Amino acid sequence: MAARALINLPKTAKRGSVIEIKTLISHVMETGYRHSTEGQAIPRDIITSFTAKYEGEEIFSTTFYPAIAANPFVTFHTVAEKSGTLTFTWEGDNGFSVTEEAKIVVA
Amino acid sequence: MERLIITRRDAFIAGSLAVAGAAVITCRPAAASTPGQMETAIRSLIGEAEVRKGKVTLDLPPLVENGNTVPITVSVDSPMTGTNYVKAIHVFNEKNPQPNVISAQLGPRAGKAVVTTRVRLAGTQKLTAIAEMSDGSFWSDTQEVIVTLAACLEDLI
Repeated sequence: MAARALINLPKTAKRGSVIEIKTLISHVMETGYRHSTEGQAIPRDIITSFTAKYEGEEIFSTTFYPAIAANPFVTFHTVAEKSGTLTFTWEGDNGFSVTEEAKIVVA
Repeated sequence: MERLIITRRDAFIAGSLAVAGAAVITCRPAAASTPGQMETAIRSLIGEAEVRKGKVTLDLPPLVENGNTVPITVSVDSPMTGTNYVKAIHVFNEKNPQPNVISAQLGPRAGKAVVTTRVRLAGTQKLTAIAEMSDGSFWSDTQEVIVTLAACLEDLI
């Protein structure tokens, strides 16, 4: 299943400044606690982990539980140290895996 | 000698009680955690460490109309330097089927210990955010939230 991911961070930043990163990915986050109208349990299908790396170094990661709303949205911060690429990876049930990249120029 | 006489009125009362009892059971969510389970979940993540109140601010609306998506922000008062930073932020709830909500791992590179996300809440309850510091101490904040439309249960009604 192709999932659309949105990443919002400044294109440029001053060295040493703290930048805010917003991430959003489309996903149903089916809890596994719901039942269909026929009474059948709907199997769990959630994103279980999210990792953010800055030039290969992990800066932030989360473990998601079914209590995270559909289309998981996470905002966090990092220190703009150098120009480079940030990599964002979401992994979940049923082999779900999406990786997105964003570039930042640090002056 | 006493005789057991069941009048129509007794039968009616017994019958309506049985119906009421059955209705209560079917309306309950299939699985819901309890404050005790929340404590167990906290202990299984952080061990036996002492958790103190303070330093952590859990920000969420006091009254929520739709429990399917509730914005929450956890901010921790920390300088976030190489030697004094927040290692992890965990959020727990009382009444969802599972007590864990989110666990975030931070480090000195995070710059600012502020994390925002959106969660599901199955009813009016308390949420607890716990921050683990680099010196091994734990700090927490608890907030109560009133939820009008609970998440997770919409197909059981």
